[in-house]
Amino acid sequence: MNVETGIAKIETRDLDFYYGTSRALKRVNISCYKNRVTAIIGPSGCGKSTFIRTLNRMNDVIPGTRVEGTILLDGKDVRAPDVDVVELRRRVGMVFQKPNPFPKSIFDNIAYGLRINGMRDKSKLEEVVEKSLRGAALWEEVKDRLEENAFALSGGQQQRLCIARALAVEPDVILFDEPCSAIDPIATAKVEDLIETLEKSYTVVIVTHNMQQAARVSDYTAFMMLGELVEFDVTEKIFTNPANKLTEDYITGRFG
Amino acid sequence: MKQAAQKKVAQFIGFFMLRTCLTLVLAILLLFLYDIGRKGGGAISWEFLTQAPRKGMTQGGIFPAIFGTFLVTLITAVLAVPLGMCAAIYLNEYAMQGRLTRIIRLSIRNLSGVPSIVYGLFGVILFVNVMRFGTSVLSAGLTLGLMTLPWTITASEEALKTVPNAYREGALALGATKWQSIRTNVLPYAVSGMLTGTVLGLARAAGETAPILFTGAAFFLPYLPRSPGDQFMALPYHLYIMATQHHQIEQVRPIAYGTALVLIVLVLGMNMTAVVIRYRLRRKRR
Repeated sequence: MNVETGIAKIETRDLDFYYGTSRALKRVNISCYKNRVTAIIGPSGCGKSTFIRTLNRMNDVIPGTRVEGTILLDGKDVRAPDVDVVELRRRVGMVFQKPNPFPKSIFDNIAYGLRINGMRDKSKLEEVVEKSLRGAALWEEVKDRLEENAFALSGGQQQRLCIARALAVEPDVILFDEPCSAIDPIATAKVEDLIETLEKSYTVVIVTHNMQQAARVSDYTAFMMLGELVEFDVTEKIFTNPANKLTEDYITGRFG
Repeated sequence: MKQAAQKKVAQFIGFFMLRTCLTLVLAILLLFLYDIGRKGGGAISWEFLTQAPRKGMTQGGIFPAIFGTFLVTLITAVLAVPLGMCAAIYLNEYAMQGRLTRIIRLSIRNLSGVPSIVYGLFGVILFVNVMRFGTSVLSAGLTLGLMTLPWTITASEEALKTVPNAYREGALALGATKWQSIRTNVLPYAVSGMLTGTVLGLARAAGETAPILFTGAAFFLPYLPRSPGDQFMALPYHLYIMATQHHQIEQVRPIAYGTALVLIVLVLGMNMTAVVIRYRLRRKRR
């Protein structure tokens, strides 16, 4: 499954993942190219969320789990002993399935990532908050109510707030773990538009159970099943002329 | 049709029984409060609250006991609050959730069920004898603190469990360290629950007799404790004496009821404080 091109921002080699004794990922090899959107699709329980969470080592916090194989970010193993996981997670941002704004004001939500990194300068914070909210196409909707609690926003706005919050710490990569599964179709369309604009400045990986979404936003698509990578290719190829029978069955809706 | 009617009857009986149980519990509680209020209310006066007992404790007030209870509860709080909260944070946030942690947690739960007299005896050995604090308000406060710790830890842990994991993960995903995520994104939302549980534990400690019986509470003292090494009078112990140990038991009965009323109001007041704290902090969060 050699696909062209570009520079691999993230690359996994023979990635295995275990929850206790159950193996959730089996020798997964996926490359996520720089300034491209890579979608991971597959039926529930296929390991796509597990996969994306290994990329910023978010699974480290789950007890009883184990990773084997290699995950490279810019060619460097993210599990090497000299890698600071805190710095890794700053560089590889994540947006979760359910919008998870913190119970703080809109401003404080966006400023959170900067403040924990020691930024105190008020005017600089204001500048980054505005920039991030603009980047997440939320600025016009909230610019007059930055001090309001983030819970006052609608679900779709909350999710864009979480994207803005991730942008604020200036990551290289943004991981989306089914970002639209808990929001309505109109909000979904906005988030999808946003993801397409993000690709100019960031490398994006998105897990989705929605195949149309993968087709709309991504450049590359990986189809996974039962913890294995079935097929990885240019999105157009996957959706028009898949090489694997399983992929074809899945995208034509025969199972899933 | 018939089945539907049967279902309704079953539901009626079910709710009726539940309602009866609740009413019964409330009735007992109210009767109890009413009785103490009626018999103790007459004894309450400014003098009763601010004066020391006089004439072999047949007259005067109970101020030294109020003061002593306040003091011993303060020492209890100083020990139990920070220690309990920190232990809970460690257990819930940092400790590997393995067999050892389970055993520790189970032991803590069990400790909260140990009879208070056992804590009293333990306090005598540890604080009075081994650590040589003597029978003093310090020894008694520390003993009560030990007794309160399991409650504080358990309540604080429960409060921490109610904080959604998404707050923790959200912070970590932005490059926060674990401590940063706990300090800025977990504690602010758990602290009201932690405080509530803690204050409830302290209220319980304030009303305890057994743990202070051998460790520092005095039958009668002509002066207020001036240092942590002094003995002290305390409301629950004073009540015990007035109700069972006094040589003119009939004559001091109103004082006993008055003491009981003050103690109950104090404990209720602390519990109300817990409710207010929780309410305030919850509102601030919104």
